[in-house]
Parts: sequence; structure tokens; C-alpha cells
Amino acid sequence: MQFSEQWLRSMVNPSLDTAQLGHALTMAGLEVEELTPVAPAFSHVVVAEILEAAKHPDADRLQVCKVKVGEEVLQIVCGASNARVGIKIPCALVGAELPGIQIKQAKVRGVESFGMLCSAKELGIATEANGILELPADATVGQDIREYLDLNDSTYILKLTPNRADCLSILGIARDVVAMTGAPITTPEIATAAIGSNLTKAVTLSAAEACPAYYGRVITGVNAQAKTPDWMVRRLERSGIRSISALVDITNYVLLELGQPMHAFDHALLQGDVVVRFANASEKLALLNDTEVILKADDLVIADGNGPVALAGVMGGKPTSVTDATQAIFLESAFFTPDVMAGKARRLGLSTDSSYRFERGVDFGNTLNALERATALVLEICGGQAGAVTAVTAQLPVRKQVALRHAYLLSILGIDVSLAQVGQLLTQLGFVYTEANGVFNVSAPSFRFDIAREEDLIEEVARLHGYEHIPALTPVASQGMLVAPEATRSKHWLRDVMVNNGYQEVVTYSFVDASWERDLYGNSQPIALKNPIASNLSVMRSGLWGGLLDALDYNLKRQQTRAMLFELGARYEKGAQGFVETLTLSGLVYGSVQPEQWAAEARAFDFYDAKAHVEALFAQPVRFAVEQHPALHPGQSARIYLGDKAVGWLGKLHPQWQQQYGLTSACYLFELDADAALATQVPAYSEVSKFLPVRRDLAMVVEQSVSAQAMIDAVMNENISQLKQVKLFDVYHGKGVPENKKSLAFLVLMQDTCKTMVDEEVDTIVARILNNWSSKFAASLR
Amino acid sequence: MADLNHLIAEAAQDFAACHDVPALENAKAKYLGKSGALTDALKGLGKLTAEERPAAGAAINVVKQAVEQALNDRRDSILAAAQAKQLASETIDVTLPARAQSAGGLHPVTLTLRRVEELFHSIGFSVADGPEIETDFYNFTALNIPDNHPARAMHDTFYIDSGNDSMEHVLRTHTSPVQVHYMENNTPPLKIIAPGRVYRVDSDATHSPMFHQVEGLWVDEQISFANLKGVVQDFLQKFFERDDLTVRFRPSFFPFTEPSAEMDMSWNGGWLEIGGCGMVHPEVLKHVNIDSEKYRGFAFGLGVERLAMLRYGVNDLRHFFNNDLRFLQQFIK
Repeated sequence: MQFSEQWLRSMVNPSLDTAQLGHALTMAGLEVEELTPVAPAFSHVVVAEILEAAKHPDADRLQVCKVKVGEEVLQIVCGASNARVGIKIPCALVGAELPGIQIKQAKVRGVESFGMLCSAKELGIATEANGILELPADATVGQDIREYLDLNDSTYILKLTPNRADCLSILGIARDVVAMTGAPITTPEIATAAIGSNLTKAVTLSAAEACPAYYGRVITGVNAQAKTPDWMVRRLERSGIRSISALVDITNYVLLELGQPMHAFDHALLQGDVVVRFANASEKLALLNDTEVILKADDLVIADGNGPVALAGVMGGKPTSVTDATQAIFLESAFFTPDVMAGKARRLGLSTDSSYRFERGVDFGNTLNALERATALVLEICGGQAGAVTAVTAQLPVRKQVALRHAYLLSILGIDVSLAQVGQLLTQLGFVYTEANGVFNVSAPSFRFDIAREEDLIEEVARLHGYEHIPALTPVASQGMLVAPEATRSKHWLRDVMVNNGYQEVVTYSFVDASWERDLYGNSQPIALKNPIASNLSVMRSGLWGGLLDALDYNLKRQQTRAMLFELGARYEKGAQGFVETLTLSGLVYGSVQPEQWAAEARAFDFYDAKAHVEALFAQPVRFAVEQHPALHPGQSARIYLGDKAVGWLGKLHPQWQQQYGLTSACYLFELDADAALATQVPAYSEVSKFLPVRRDLAMVVEQSVSAQAMIDAVMNENISQLKQVKLFDVYHGKGVPENKKSLAFLVLMQDTCKTMVDEEVDTIVARILNNWSSKFAASLR
Repeated sequence: MADLNHLIAEAAQDFAACHDVPALENAKAKYLGKSGALTDALKGLGKLTAEERPAAGAAINVVKQAVEQALNDRRDSILAAAQAKQLASETIDVTLPARAQSAGGLHPVTLTLRRVEELFHSIGFSVADGPEIETDFYNFTALNIPDNHPARAMHDTFYIDSGNDSMEHVLRTHTSPVQVHYMENNTPPLKIIAPGRVYRVDSDATHSPMFHQVEGLWVDEQISFANLKGVVQDFLQKFFERDDLTVRFRPSFFPFTEPSAEMDMSWNGGWLEIGGCGMVHPEVLKHVNIDSEKYRGFAFGLGVERLAMLRYGVNDLRHFFNNDLRFLQQFIK
């Protein structure tokens, strides 16, 4: 809501300056978003008339003017091409200070000049100007230009919340200022127009719930080409509305002044009676904005004998609109209910000043007044004769009484305000009430659409009492201890492990390019956004690697050569029961293991570095199984298992994607379900054996393709009670080992909890292990 | 008995000529070895009379002690020199850079959220979370924002293509739906904060289509608007570690709170909008079957990036999502 300060002050003029008024509005909930003076500060500029204009003797483009600025006539050199005898213009006198210019007596190319003729730009009231500002011929020479152009004004822009529809007019804001300050209000005079014409128009309400009040009148003999008065143009423009024609300007003026949207039809173009009805499905209407809408059965229209002529409360139709040729108008002032208006304009993509107000609630107590106000302005500006008002009304909204308990109000707000003070505040707001036993029964006025329950009144009292006068108190509450189960770890713990391993956390978008999903996750049916902000942010990620690779790419382009990145965030998938979000931890390593330095030889990250970082995250041992992933190198890809549950992936970025992303070296990635890593156990003590373990080392020669994990699993699955651990400690290829084979050296630890093991027992276990490996993996002792 | 005193000087000279321990041991033999001069002298005592023997013995011992002293001194000196040489040879340039490891760090949004969580945890708030792909019901309707309510236009909402599913899904536009989920599953008194990602169709220098909020909710029998002011003010003063920081509450409108307020914080002589808040609307409590006559509560929502920008002096919102390491690594602490 944009408006001119002077317009507001014409209704209520509290003893607050411009800034103070702005602050008061903001603190009452009418947030001032912008406050700008209409013109910058300047003085000593007056209306002047050019009496003579002669060519400058020494400059082609300059003229030497004789300018009347009052009693005096000054010689002023002017460079504007439109400077000519007879026009009236603003003239800055010697001593004037304009934005960025100080006016002094000066010689211009040898000719004395005693001031400056000004353009609108030089006065700071326009951003562009073509020559000096030409004023109307009837301007009074010598008058201060600030006074003449009414420049001592400011424009406020309020950021109104949807509940405060009552403040979508000068009158509404003035009422709130009255409530805040107690200053007296002067509302525009509403007089019933004298009836000068017997022309009327019949109106039928066939949708009375949607339009419970409709007032219309015919005004004949209007001059549609009349000029809108300057004061009206100024008020409209400073309130953000461009002047179009007198008739349109008047309806807009009343809209801003009283908050009542109005419409003027060309009476001659309406066929027969007017009906307010719901549209027939597929009816069409050509609108004022030169679009055509196809209506639906729940669109409310104003129709004449030929069909719809206006989309009720949203926009008028083109064919029946007023033009310069209009001689008689049918002026409409109606109340359309918010319930019916809600969402209509948005669906049709037509948000207008009118629909904006009707959706939020227009004062149904002022509908006829607005018609009379507009009539008076039409008669004054365009002339004509008013016909009698056609008034059709049905059941208007009933303002039910709302109870406000004084004690409840105090306990909700935490303040101490007396019963009498609350009553006083309600009265200031224009509410009518009765009070008994500490309970107010309040009726809201017709302009308030946001008072339906006790809390609405509490808010009003709080607002007027002033939020700044509510104390800030620490709550007193019973306090229990907050305990997290010991067998869980926090997300912050996970992050700390990553950070301690050298990773930098990143935050990437949850929506990604569809190609990332397709390439990296083989996901051709990602969760898509209906209205993405950009085509490369159009689908929800089912994994975080795309974002990490994108962050890597961004940094490599900025001369980074290595990176360790991680992100902890949701991935999004379609599940049987709807969308599934899984908190996911993903990591990426690229480049050398350590930063470039003198103290260590450069070595590139490999699979096992990343694997160590993954293992560090789990409280229980995880297993890595050979499985394929679309993003990963087929020979360096592992699925991570915690028990039987697949909880993630680890591997080298597939060379195809490495090339596509323009990465010069290998990149290793992992991704896991954060919850799997968050689960841990409360430690449980078990007896420490008094008997020393026995160690045997076994070097086995196997095919290259044999997995060490599979060999370990195979023997551990035999459940040999004394076998405590089988651990790989060396991998060897080369001399002594046939080609295509490798030697794996395992450490085998055996231990008995109740005695020292004898050699025969150890040998038996070793033999079982060797048998197992020999039969399952064709493994032989080296 | 010959005078043995000259041996002291000779030994000292011989010992001084030795530069390592084995040489010194060899030199020692000449005086103190089995056939050394002093050993011989002691053997010769037997030839003397009982009267002569004590004096002669004493004289030899004086010389012997002196030679032994010279030997020990020289040995110490050789060992000290050897050690000094070893130490000198082991000297390194201690100013060389340390063996460098990667320095990891947390994202500034995480640092901020962690601090927010710690502060609220200290007065008994738990952390709750909820889905980011929300139903229209939880994001709007349950928060007292019915269909076609003008307040929906205040949220530039991302809609999910749900295919044939009749239920409309959105990317949550605020963390407030977490309140509803939490209140559905827990009974008062309730004290939670809900940090997380939220989404709006808006992208320019000061808006990101994805950003973070932290929601707060306290529902109990005796909770007032004055308490809301108290908690928020306490939080902001502690978060910024500034006791002089003041918070301004201005009337505003959110369908899910009433009275509602915008929170402004004093900053560099002006006011900065920091979030929205209010008393939980009875309609919201009704949706989750909490008796609004018995219980009331307050809720607030804070912009996490805004807090981070003010706390760390970051001047451009876009830094948070570019993931430039030169930016992120400034937050390693």
C-alpha cells in the first residue's frame, strides 16, 4: 500500500513528523517498507515567466532570457532548447541549493546570469528530463515552487499483512493513526447527490451470498475528456497509480481514499438489465487488459443481456469500458465476499487493486458512501446528471460478538493492564463492547475482517498497548534433565569425525540437474519439481554426489588442486508409502593425500584412504562387498554392509564421469546412511583371558580375483570358538608368485579362555583354515 | 723411594693427548695398569721397612689419586665432547613447517546451528526434525493457512510433481510444520527447536531458493508473550555475546500464531529483521488435540543464514552455497 503523506494528513494530522509517523505506523503493525520524500530538500525556487529570449552573442546553444520572478525581472542564461517567450517555468534564484548544484551569480560566456531555469531532473522530482519544466499557464509567478507543485510531501510504502485489509485505504490508515495517537479525524464529506436524471438501471442479484450488496447509478451527460485536476493526479501518482482519464481516475481515487473498488461502465454499451451471477462454464470475457478469459462456473460475473461484462471485483470487460466517447456511465459500487473472491484472481493470473482488496475484505458499511463520493467527484470534474441509485442488498456478513476475558488477556500477554485501560483501547480501535465480570463482549466494525475470536482481540489490545511495553521475562518452569540414549551418537559427532579426518563440510542444493540423477544414480524417474527455479535445479537428489562433484569442479576452477569434501543432508526417493527422506553422509576425496609440503612425498588418494575414513565413522565393523554402482568404476566399487543391511557405497568415480566432469585425476566417493553410523552400543564388559593368545602367520597364494574379505568371512563363518581373529597384513605380487596370482599374508590369533592352548589344538585349527581356503579359493600355502 | 710426583704431570700430558675413550684406557695402563708405574710402586712397598711403609704408601696414594682424578676428568671431557658433537650433528631447522595434514572444517551454517542448539539445549530444549517434502496439509492447512488464504501468496512455494497422487506435496516453505508433527506425537509440556532446510521460489542477491531456519516451540500451562520476549532476547544476547543488544518486537501476522510479531535486533545503530514469532494459534493446537484452555505456547522462527552473516560478518548470502573453499576454510576454528 503506497500513499502520499499529505493525503493521509488531510484526514488525520497527528503532531508527529514524517519519520515519527513512519515509526508509529511500523510499531502498530503497519510496517513502513519505504519512506521517500517527493522532492529532495531545496529552496529559493519560484514560478517564473520568460519575457524575452535572445540568442547568446558568443554561444550557439545558449539564450539570454529576461525572466519575471515576481516584481523583479532577472537576466538568466539558459541552455534548454525549449526556453521561449511566454512559458512559465521553475526558476532557481541566486542562493538556491539544488541537489548537487549551488546557484550563484555567474558570467556565462561573458554574459551575467542571475539564476537558473530548472528541469524536473534538476529539481530532483524526475529521473529524466527533456528541457526545462513547463508549468501550466495559470501558475502564479513568484510563488514558491514547492508550494505550487505541493512538493512538501512524502511517499510511504506499507508492507501490509493479509489480515489488515482495513488499511488498504487512506481512510483505513487514518483510523489506525487515530487509534494510535488520539488525533481527530476528518473524513471526506459524503453527500447524497441531487437527482438530475430519471435514467436508472435495474440490477438482479442471482448470487446473493457472493454479492450481498450492489449499488449502481447512471450518470448522464458526462464529459469523458475532462481533465483530471492536478491535485488528484498528484495524489494518485504519489500513491502509485498513473492517471488515465478523469472517469477512471475518479474510481481509482475513491478506491484509494475509502478502500472501495468501483467500476464505471459505458452506459450506452450495456444491453438491458444488469445481473450479478456465476458464470456459465466456458463463457468468455474480453478484459480491459486486452486478454480474454474462459470462465468457470465458480467465477462471479456482472452480466448484461448479452453476457458477462465484468469479472466481478477483479476487472471490467473491454467492450463496455468507458472511452473518450462515453457520454453516460453506469457506476458500480458493490460488496463481493472474500470467500468467493479468494484465489480467483490468482487462478486467472490477474491480481488487481480491486481483487486484492475484495479477497481480504472490503468495508461493507461503506459501499453506498463510496458511490456517493464518486458521484460527487464525477459531477464536479466531468459534469453530468446523476440518476437514482439502484440498491440491491441481501444478507450482509454479521459481526458476531467476541468475548474477551480480561484475566486471559493478561496471562497470555504477561502484562498488567487494568480493565478500564483495556476498555479504553477497544474504544480507540472503534470496537463496541459491553463488559461484565471482567469479560468484554466486543463487536467489530464492518471494516474489520480479522476479528473472529478472542486471540484476535488480544492481538489488537497488545498492538495498541505497544509490544515495546510488554516486558521480556524469563519463563519459570519445572526442569527435568535432558538425556540422549548412550547408544546413539549425534549428527555433530559424525561431522566432527569427518572434520578430524581433514574434510571440509559443504552445503549443496537439494534440487539438482536431472542429468546428475540419471548419470550418477541411474535414476530416470527422479522426484521432480513442478516449478523449478532453473532447469538445472529441477529434480530432488537421490544422492549427494552430484553436489559434491559440482563443489569440486567450482574449486578446481579456482586453482585448488586437492579437496576433501563432505555433506550431511537428506536424499529424497520415492517409496511405496510416499516420499522417503534419508539423512545421508557423503564424502569426496581428490588429489594428493596431504597438502603439498616438504615433509612427505606426494601421494594421490586411493580407495583405501577413503575406506579408512568410512570405517572411522562406524562403531561396529562394517563389511565391504563387491557390487556395482552406476557412478563408480566397476573394478573399484564396494557396497557397505552393517550386518545384513546395505548402508552405503564406496568407490572410485567411473572414468567416464571423471572425463565428463573434466577431472584430471581420480576421485573417490562414499555415501552412507547416517543413521547406521549413529547407532552404537553401550559398552559391555567381558572377561579378559588370563591365557596368552597364539599367533600363526599364513601366506596364501590365490588367484588375483579372490577377495580377501571373502577368505576371512569363510573361516570366521566356521565359528571356531578359539579362533579370535584373522587379519590380512600383507599383499604381495612378484618374484616367487606366479603371474595372475597374489600372495595374501594373514595373521591368525587363537586363544582359549580357560587354558593355554597346546600345539595339537593350534595345528588342528590351522589345518581347518587351510582346508577351507584350499577348497573354496584354491589357495595354497606359499 | 724415588719421587713419583713427576708422574702426575706426565699422566696429565698423556691423557690430554687422548681423544677417545679407548685411547685413554690405553694411556691409563702406563700408570694404573698391572705393570703401570704406580702399581709397581705399590708392589715395591713390600721391600720397605714397617717404619718406612706408611709414609711411602701415603705418598704413592696421593700421586695415584691425582692420576685417577686426571683420568676421570679427561674421560668426562671426552664424553662431553662426543655428546656435544652428536647433538650438533642432530640439530634440525625447527622453523621448517610441520608435517601438514588436511585441515577440515564445518560449514558456517552448521557452526551457527550448533551454537543455536547448544544455547537452547542449556534451557532444556530438545531438537526435533521433520520432512522437507511436506504435504500441503502440514505446510499450510494444519498451520491455519487454508486453501486460497492470502497468506499462501506470502510463501513462494515449490510444488512437487506427485504424479497420480492426489495429495499435493510441496518443499516446506518454513520449519513450522515440524511443530505440528511434534505436537501430534508428544504431550505438553513441550520445548523444542527444529533446525533445517526450507525452500522458496526466490533467487537473487539476497534470496536463496534454499536456506535454513530454526523453529522454536514452547508449550506449557503458564507461557506468555512476555516469556517469548524474554527467551528470544536472552538467546540473541547470548548468541552474539552482547549484553547491550536489544530486541524489538513489532506486530505482524502469521496465521499460525496470534498475537504475532516480527523480531528486529539492534545492530549498528539500526534495526535488522531476524525472524517471526508469536503465541501459538488455538487453531493449530486444536489440530493436534491440545487443549488451548489449559495450554498455550509460543513459537518463533529465525533465519540461520542471517544469524551467521551477522555473527561472522559475511556480506553476501550466496557465499553460503557456492562452497568456495577459500570462503569455507575461514571458518575452521
